[in-house]
Amino acid sequence: MKAHSAASRIRAVLLKEVIQMRRDRLTFAMIIGIPILQLVLFGYAINTDPKNLPTGVVMADPGPVARSIVAGMQTSGYFLIERGHSEAEARAGLTAGTLAFVVTVPAGFHSDLVRGQNPEIIVEADASDPTASANAIAALPEIVNRAIAASTQGPMSAAGAGAVRPEIIVHRHYNPERITAYNIVPGLIGTILTMTATLMTALALTREIERGTMENLLAMPLRPIEIMVGKIVPYIGLGFLQVGVILIAAYLLFQVPMEGSLTLLLSAVLLFIAANVTLGYTFSTLARSQLQAMQMTFFFFLPSILLSGFMFPFRGMPVWAQAIGQVLPLTHFLRAVRGVMLKGNDVLQTLPHLWPVTLFLLVIGTIALMRFRRTLD
Amino acid sequence: MNANGETVIDVRGLTKRFGDKVAVDDVDMTVARGEIVGFLGPNGSGKTTTIRMICGLLRPDGGEGTCLGHDIVREAEAIKRQVGYMTQRFSLYEDLTIRENLEFVARLYALSNLRQSVNETVEGLGLKSRQHQLAGTLSGGWKQRLALAACIMHKPRLLLLDEPTAGVDPKARREFWDEIHHLAEDGLTVLVSTHYMDEAERCHRVVYIAYGTIVARGTAEEIIESSGLGTFVVAGQGAAAAARALNGMPGVEQVAAFGQDIHVVGSHGPSLAESVHEVAERYPIHVAPGETTLEDVFIRLMSDAQVNENGR
Ligand SMILES: Nc1ncnc2c1ncn2[C@@H]1O[C@H](COP(=O)(O)OP(=O)(O)O)[C@@H](O)[C@H]1O
Ligand SMILES: [Mg+2]
Repeated sequence: MKAHSAASRIRAVLLKEVIQMRRDRLTFAMIIGIPILQLVLFGYAINTDPKNLPTGVVMADPGPVARSIVAGMQTSGYFLIERGHSEAEARAGLTAGTLAFVVTVPAGFHSDLVRGQNPEIIVEADASDPTASANAIAALPEIVNRAIAASTQGPMSAAGAGAVRPEIIVHRHYNPERITAYNIVPGLIGTILTMTATLMTALALTREIERGTMENLLAMPLRPIEIMVGKIVPYIGLGFLQVGVILIAAYLLFQVPMEGSLTLLLSAVLLFIAANVTLGYTFSTLARSQLQAMQMTFFFFLPSILLSGFMFPFRGMPVWAQAIGQVLPLTHFLRAVRGVMLKGNDVLQTLPHLWPVTLFLLVIGTIALMRFRRTLD
Repeated sequence: MNANGETVIDVRGLTKRFGDKVAVDDVDMTVARGEIVGFLGPNGSGKTTTIRMICGLLRPDGGEGTCLGHDIVREAEAIKRQVGYMTQRFSLYEDLTIRENLEFVARLYALSNLRQSVNETVEGLGLKSRQHQLAGTLSGGWKQRLALAACIMHKPRLLLLDEPTAGVDPKARREFWDEIHHLAEDGLTVLVSTHYMDEAERCHRVVYIAYGTIVARGTAEEIIESSGLGTFVVAGQGAAAAARALNGMPGVEQVAAFGQDIHVVGSHGPSLAESVHEVAERYPIHVAPGETTLEDVFIRLMSDAQVNENGR
């Protein structure tokens, strides 16, 4: 009987939330529209693999191999070669931003190569936008190797240059986790859920307070846990709807592969949404107004975007930033989803990324229940 | 106390502070089963705060008591199950339909026959044809009726109504009060806060609060009686001019217009009578002893409390 009435109360809150959600057409449209918009923007408009980057070449040793390397760079499509720079001019171009790369073939390159010593080519990249230069840099070794292979078939083959590998020295660090359309999808699922799931539930209680309905709600025999469950579950459903939209669109538009088990992916998604809606609900119990709840959400959203490894490579961050990143559910979720979707990881490989999210969920949920005000004080 | 003597509300020394401000100060109140008790007082005097403490929505800073036999601090859950509380501000969901709101409430109280309860309530309200209309589109009077219907659906033993008829037209108010009397006849106890004097007269008993302190209680007759106020009714052509002259004369404490008549009120009979008769000689008016009304008493109580409050 007791359990029956608890279930009935949860049902009351849950159905009420669903009706209100459905009736708020604009918000509902945004919830479905935002993922599609983001996906299209990231997939088509935002090109993280730009071509024809202006490249200055400083040719201190105009040997045949060096020329063939430069020609190879040109044909790769990544580099738009501009010749005839002095070293000073090239460097100024890099500073001014008119050049994305400066390639220097130092004096003695050819003779080093012929003598069987490892020669150096220096590539200076404008790393102020690391993602822009990452793919071009990554393509370099292959270009150089091919150029040398082609040259050594000629007169130089006798020198046994097959064993020689010119060293390409790249100054500045660059993005080790190359962002591609595939990589965007897990990131998008994670960030969109962090944003919308947290925000929607953050407004859940503060809206009742602002509209004056909280007094009525509190005057009725509802327990805090019942309100929480009733308010959270509909938003978990909404989160799944968003994930469904993203996955279907990702498959249709970009043929993003699904290497691992869909069930495993959806389990990770469930856990992650639960963590985020619970966090939103906790914000809701702490905030006095919808505005405050919204501010808290953004305050949480920012580090999630920046420190989770979505925008910037996790391993590139200083220790303190990594420590913050480790607390965020998005960090672990990204690893789990990339693993399952792109690498085909199984349950055992995914578990290490799931338990931190579970821990987060439990801690935050406890705080929410403790913080919930049973009275209007 | 009424015949069977069962006490529904019994609180002593209730005190509530918001910051430095004492909103409710040492309030005692007892309400017996089946009573309709009016809770009166000017705006901001602490009516809502007191009602909220009685039903466990606010934690008192001092005092103790029981509601329906349950401790108001420790057993709030048990109280909530048996109380119907109608908030001052409409607090059902405006973006839910009438029916959806009632279903929500019915589920919250885990009513065993949801459909039937909701159907009966909708029909009782006479809103069957509009049950799928959003509650936010209802007029003030209908909102009040809906809110009342929603808080009696679970058959509570005590109704706490916080200014239920504020902003409602007289006919709707009359019907509202008829309904409350029907409910009380069935044994429901009602504590209702209000501004309207005519409503105070429809209560079995009245409690008057000003600046957080209860300054009068009893039946309307008792309160008028114990106030010791006497009243003269001044009528006639010169009434308005006479009223101006009376203001500030010895023994005259209130001068108020009621339509064509002027009520002159004071607590010291002889000096009041002297002043009134003196003025009657100077102006074309008739003077007759009148009935002191509850309103006269409350206005007096309010200004007394104000003097006390300012003097503190
Ligand atoms: N939540 C609150 N925080 C601060 N002050 C409050 C709060 N609720 C009520 N008050 C103050 O307490 C006093 C009593 O208010 P209230 O009980 O609402 O009076 P009433 O219902 O008689 O109009 C008022 O001065 C009001 O401003
Ligand atoms: Mg009030």
